[in-house]
Amino acid sequence: MISARTATPRKVLSALFVAACALCVALALVPLAFVLFFVVSQGIQSLTVEFFTHNPRPVGEPGGGMANAIVGTLILTALAAAMAVPIGVLSGVYLAEYPGSRFASAVRFAADTLNGVPSIVIGVFAYAVVVLPLRHFSTLAGGFALGVMMIPIITRTTEELLLLVPNALREGALALGATRARAVFTVIVPAALPGIITGVVLALARIAGETAPLLFTSFNNRFFSTSLVQPISSITVQVFTYAISPYEDWHRQAWAGALVLVTIVLVCSMAARVAAARVANIRGR
Amino acid sequence: MNPPLVKVRAVREPDAGRNPLPAAQAETLKIDVEHLIFFYGEKRALEDISIKIQPNVVTAFIGPSGCGKSTFLRTLNRMNDIIPGARVEGRVCIDGQDIYRAGVDVVAVRRKVGMVFQKSNPFPKSIFENVAYGLRINRLTSNRSELAGRVEESLQQAALWEEVKDRLHESALALSGGQQQRLCIARALAVKPDILLMDEPASALDPIATQRIEELIYQLKAKFTIVIVTHNMQQAARVSDFTAFFWLGRLVEYERTDKMFTAPSEKLTEDYLTGRFG
Repeated sequence: MISARTATPRKVLSALFVAACALCVALALVPLAFVLFFVVSQGIQSLTVEFFTHNPRPVGEPGGGMANAIVGTLILTALAAAMAVPIGVLSGVYLAEYPGSRFASAVRFAADTLNGVPSIVIGVFAYAVVVLPLRHFSTLAGGFALGVMMIPIITRTTEELLLLVPNALREGALALGATRARAVFTVIVPAALPGIITGVVLALARIAGETAPLLFTSFNNRFFSTSLVQPISSITVQVFTYAISPYEDWHRQAWAGALVLVTIVLVCSMAARVAAARVANIRGR
Repeated sequence: MNPPLVKVRAVREPDAGRNPLPAAQAETLKIDVEHLIFFYGEKRALEDISIKIQPNVVTAFIGPSGCGKSTFLRTLNRMNDIIPGARVEGRVCIDGQDIYRAGVDVVAVRRKVGMVFQKSNPFPKSIFENVAYGLRINRLTSNRSELAGRVEESLQQAALWEEVKDRLHESALALSGGQQQRLCIARALAVKPDILLMDEPASALDPIATQRIEELIYQLKAKFTIVIVTHNMQQAARVSDFTAFFWLGRLVEYERTDKMFTAPSEKLTEDYLTGRFG
């Protein structure tokens, strides 16, 4: 007899296992929920219009904002993207096109290693190759450090996405008289492009939240600056500076900065997810 | 020195029983393969294949799975070049030119010898861009209206124009399977090849879509030389003028289709056609 109601030991075990899984998921989500709760509850009260439109005030003067840091973060991530997207995408194309070559294995290994290098070490590297020759902290150095962090992420993402493109598309292009390079850049890369863009956005979201590589490359700047060869402020470094300060007012500003940063990262991630879902829909047909 | 009164043609030993074409037609051959041997690494996939194909006929390659018919088809436009370890011996002449000679432009070969694959493979672009692709990359048209004209012409040749003319700029992936395959045929026709290779073009399609493709092949014969690989013997009988039967990497018999299907000269062919194996 097949009965749905009787609790056999097998069913009990199954229910227990599902419950254990659910509990673990909940535990994993608790820190995220707490982070979001604290950042929003603490940050929201300091999030005024002035926060977005004004630069920091001198110590002791109430008010002021992070306009310079928000713009600084945007410039730094744009510089990083300008450097890392071409290099990363082209390296990914190389890895996907010549997967078996020795050089490709070396590049793949280097990318994975670079991906695991602590970000502070990347900062030291950027300090040595950009800051020391220029003799002072600069936006360029910060963008360079972030770009170095982005390259391996984009390289590996691009490679994986290109390998997902069906070989039939390549054959179709070659059969029409396309050269190999032509087939790659007119059919294969465009087919993977939505996914590559998603990968780039996620990489941007990740490096936008980096502090360590910026501490001694772009440093910080209390004034509004868009110069590439001067130090520049960034949200992360500003939050760090304010958070370790002894002033109540600065602490509040740090929370607001953290909220802006988390919002930027969340919006990027969600945009990337929506894009990925749309691609999956197109592919699925 | 005076030219000889009688033009002396290099006499080729006719491959008795293998090549049903009279020797006198050798000069007008579209495809002339001599002693082709094909290797995948160390493995010999094709053994000493010789075949002569006239222009404007449909030739069907039949045989059981793994007999080498697709591999042979792909040697005719050098699509096997992209497979690591693939190697060819012998000669494959298209219009009298050996396409495996050193210095041959593979891109030019593939433009002349178009290909349609077993599984339709439209690019993830619009219907228009799919057909325009070959024209664009080969710079075959000089302005937009000429490009649009060639796209329309190709879609009409592939009997797809009426169904897609109002949605040329929609994604090709939204078309049905049979429409996608006809789109791939239109795409191949757009670059005006001489020869069209079709690797089981209807094997993934329903009977109605298959019938449309077969009618299309019949119409295209007037302009193109067609070689079609098929698993379906009825299809070979319906669409082709000549049939080549492959078995274990060898060309067993090459004959007029009507003769092959009524009175094959090889026992092996007869056994295959009557369903005793394969």
